[in-house]
Amino acid sequence: MALKSKKYPLLFLAPALAFISVFLLIPLGRTIYYSLTAWYNFSPTKKFIGLQNYINMLEDPILRIALRNTGILIVFALIFQIGIATLLAICVDCVRHGFKIFRTVYFFPVVISATAIGLMFSLIYKYDYGLLNNILASMGRERQVWLTARSAIYCVAVPTVWQHVGFYFIVVLTGIANISEDIYESATLDGITPWKKAVYITLPMLKPILVSNVVLVVSQSFRVFDMVYVVTGGGPRHESELLSSYMYSKAFADYNTGFASAIAIVMIIMGILLTGVLRFLMSKIQGDD
Amino acid sequence: MKYVYANKGDRARAALRGILLWIFLVFWALLTIIPLVWVFLNSFKTSNDILLSSVAFPKSLDLQNYIKMSTYPDMNLITAFKNSMLICGGVVSGVLVCAGFAAFALGRFDNGFNKYINALLSGCMLIPAFSTLIPNFVLISSSPFRGTQWAVILPLIASNMSFSTLLLTGYVRSLPRELDEAAIIDGANMMQVFFRIIVPLSKPMLATVGTMTFIYTYNELLLSLVYLPTRDKQPVSVILSLVSNMYGTDYGAMMAAICLTILPVLLLYMLAQNQVIKGLTAGSVKG
Repeated sequence: MALKSKKYPLLFLAPALAFISVFLLIPLGRTIYYSLTAWYNFSPTKKFIGLQNYINMLEDPILRIALRNTGILIVFALIFQIGIATLLAICVDCVRHGFKIFRTVYFFPVVISATAIGLMFSLIYKYDYGLLNNILASMGRERQVWLTARSAIYCVAVPTVWQHVGFYFIVVLTGIANISEDIYESATLDGITPWKKAVYITLPMLKPILVSNVVLVVSQSFRVFDMVYVVTGGGPRHESELLSSYMYSKAFADYNTGFASAIAIVMIIMGILLTGVLRFLMSKIQGDD
Repeated sequence: MKYVYANKGDRARAALRGILLWIFLVFWALLTIIPLVWVFLNSFKTSNDILLSSVAFPKSLDLQNYIKMSTYPDMNLITAFKNSMLICGGVVSGVLVCAGFAAFALGRFDNGFNKYINALLSGCMLIPAFSTLIPNFVLISSSPFRGTQWAVILPLIASNMSFSTLLLTGYVRSLPRELDEAAIIDGANMMQVFFRIIVPLSKPMLATVGTMTFIYTYNELLLSLVYLPTRDKQPVSVILSLVSNMYGTDYGAMMAAICLTILPVLLLYMLAQNQVIKGLTAGSVKG
């Protein structure tokens, strides 16, 4: 029997719904409206200009860079975060010993803030005392300038992957643990080798988890901001700008708030479309088996 | 599970495979640990020693860099820690109370509108902080909360709400209903059912949600950066993001600042590792 009452549930829901409406839903609506206006410097006057901000976006060269970089980050994250995490999880599952130590170590970066990790990696990249150049020097190689205009986005992507692998590792590992032991047992009796076991049993059984991981990686990648803000600040010359950091600099450095709102809206739409398409494609692949 | 190997060659191959797997696992473990150890060791060196060689061991356990943290006038990490704890405390308690109430309503009462609210909450998880940043900034600038920690606490409660409510609702639903029925027959009112029965039984999930919210809030940068303009109110994350500009060539101080900011989450992780892992991965189930 469920409790029946109209008054109480509304009363109990009220605080949560109030927070969500005031700080999420109404602002979202207002951002949509702001994106349709010419509005600068947080001034009290806005002028309605329809889709002009969105049209201006098409001709904005930096926006193109930001779009490209966000794409690079997503692809990088998809390949390496999920790839390394799945590989590690399958290996740990095979090894059986030291499972706890690996879990503890791999997950630790997930707990640390992107700000701290970003600062740490920007120190690692440093020319004169950075860890990378010190390692090169100790091997007798030339020191390198790691953070250049061309490499900047990868200098952001590497720590992002480094931070998140542990998260997906745990998710996949949990998925492997949930695969029924019976399947493995009968396969082992049939004389399956561990490699074949991984490829023909574990991976197919993990598909639902891999699908949700893909969706999660994409939506997470759109939200990466701290890392790029700390490591490169979007520079040099906007070369490593992401949609998120470009939106921030448009709003709080250039004070072009109407345009920044339009970027924010495009980010949401692209995120939802991309995850939707990926979900659809992955379910197709799943259906074929 | 044991594999049965027919002959010596197979067994040798299995051993070799085991070693290869170990090498790969240890390699990634080292890749994870080495940067952290590098920063930790360098936090005990002077900037000159770091420039000389940043991979050498520190000559002594010199805490100078850490002591310096509290003396930088504009970048006081101690004040920042207090601000961080204040913000985290506010957000965690706000989320637990509001999401707890909401989960009770959604998990225990059977009304037609529950499924719409569930859908609304799942939808809210798709709204990134960027899309509400500007309107919330306008809202807060014109409110009495301007310039105080409330400017960050309130929006952060909202952004952690949908997540937490959905997790808690699932948990409350799984609790046996006989207990609250018995309590109601004994004359308990709804508040008593909530505080005497639902809350004590939900403690594990409340702890998970609390841990998750704490870590998210402690690590959060964007909102604090935008809504908190004055140094004396900013949390650790903002101060840390400014460190490389402010400390200039004081490399040792930067290393120490990183170590200090990691310390609270490191402690939490060491004390309640399973709780933390469960908390941070709980959301992934929802996708």
